[in-house]
Amino acid sequence: MKRIAILALQGAFAEHAAMLNRLGAETHYVRSLSDWLMPKDALVIPGGESTSQLTLLRALDLLQPVRTAILDGLPVFGTCAGLILLARDEDGTPRDGLATLDVDVHRNAYGRQIASFHTIGAVDGVGQDVPMTFIRAPYVNAVRSADVHVLATHEGRITAVRQNRQLATAFHPELTDDTRIHEYFLSFL
Amino acid sequence: MTENRVDLNRQLAQMLKGGVIMDVTSPEQARIAEDAGACAVMALERIPADIRAAGGVARMSDPAMIRGIQEAVSIPVMAKCRIGHTAEAAILEAIDIDYIDESEVLTPADNVHHIDKASFAVPFVCGARNLGEALRRIGEGATMIRTKGEAGTGDVAQAVSHMRQMMSDIRRVASLSPDEVYDAAKNLQAPLELVHYVRTHGRLPVVNFAAGGVATPADAALMMMLGADGVFVGSGIFKSGNPAKRARAIVQAVANFSDAKMLADLSTDLGEAMVGINPQEIALLMAERGV
Repeated sequence: MKRIAILALQGAFAEHAAMLNRLGAETHYVRSLSDWLMPKDALVIPGGESTSQLTLLRALDLLQPVRTAILDGLPVFGTCAGLILLARDEDGTPRDGLATLDVDVHRNAYGRQIASFHTIGAVDGVGQDVPMTFIRAPYVNAVRSADVHVLATHEGRITAVRQNRQLATAFHPELTDDTRIHEYFLSFL
Repeated sequence: MTENRVDLNRQLAQMLKGGVIMDVTSPEQARIAEDAGACAVMALERIPADIRAAGGVARMSDPAMIRGIQEAVSIPVMAKCRIGHTAEAAILEAIDIDYIDESEVLTPADNVHHIDKASFAVPFVCGARNLGEALRRIGEGATMIRTKGEAGTGDVAQAVSHMRQMMSDIRRVASLSPDEVYDAAKNLQAPLELVHYVRTHGRLPVVNFAAGGVATPADAALMMMLGADGVFVGSGIFKSGNPAKRARAIVQAVANFSDAKMLADLSTDLGEAMVGINPQEIALLMAERGV
């Protein structure tokens, strides 16, 4: 059985766990270094507030171990805040998050809550008509490496990318009933 | 408000889970809150302890003050309007607030009716002391609930009693047979379809935070242990001796509420906590407003 560690410092981690459990994966929450040291085949970084999660990653001495593991090839899936934490740059400036994904991200890209929206679209490698929920969402300004494949766009903006075994979406597949993106991620393992 | 908007507004609250929402009265405090790891801030002119001290009518804050806080931080910004004050809510919606708190901490504008929150696109959080109150607010369109507690006291006892009541009510409804739901809805004075939801799912259809009297990391952890999805801290941070340190400690305590060793470290050397007052010592019980 595949063992997925879910970063559970803040945000919608329970929703990812429910979806991964539906797909037959085993999940455990990471809130401390000792949680992090448990055996795992992959990591999920949920939606929530990226500043809140990053502050806690630092305070709990998790930032460097997680970053090293991702650079060593641990598959990782970040949604919304997760995409921001993985992004190397923000609006042309290097970020001090995990910075393992070679993209430049734009936070709160669509504006405040009143601008949050739901749509459907195609995701390369996943399929057509994938439901996409954007909550105070970011988008990707630009990719910074030829390794990064754009999987989805919305109105010309990049909303899902893959770089080797790193997957990131600006939207929230864990808030829908559609499991295809999580299945796609599990296929990396 | 379309179904889609209701979902999106409930989903923003889901993104706040496991987090701490802090009352702030200036851009400087908002930055301290964000740096400490707050998942949102509540912009208001006076924190509840000062509203109590000042007396008189407490109203929505000046939009200029709220805008200053919106410009200072990237996390969601919430603001309070008076219970039943549809015009204050419309003003907050017009300045793109992320969440409106229709709050008993301000002086109620309508002693009978709450705002028809379903007619707004912007999301609302409301206070509740029990399941019936929570479901009435959700029926009106609230997409997030918090316990009322007793704001501005630094005394967690009321938040505890409201959270225990809510969880106990939910467990009781979840144990009913389908034909007992009608009488339960009558007794709870709550919309029938929402009582059905609670019976089927064993939880509220929206996120439920704790609020009203949280002053220490241990208070915040206690509320998480009782089943809160997250915590609001009002007067507890900026009425204390070292707000930045206390704010960081409360954020970490919520994330790791079941790790006692960590809670011990977080509770160490925090400086003065806010001076608390007991609900028995005060004339005004805010929790009894807008039931």
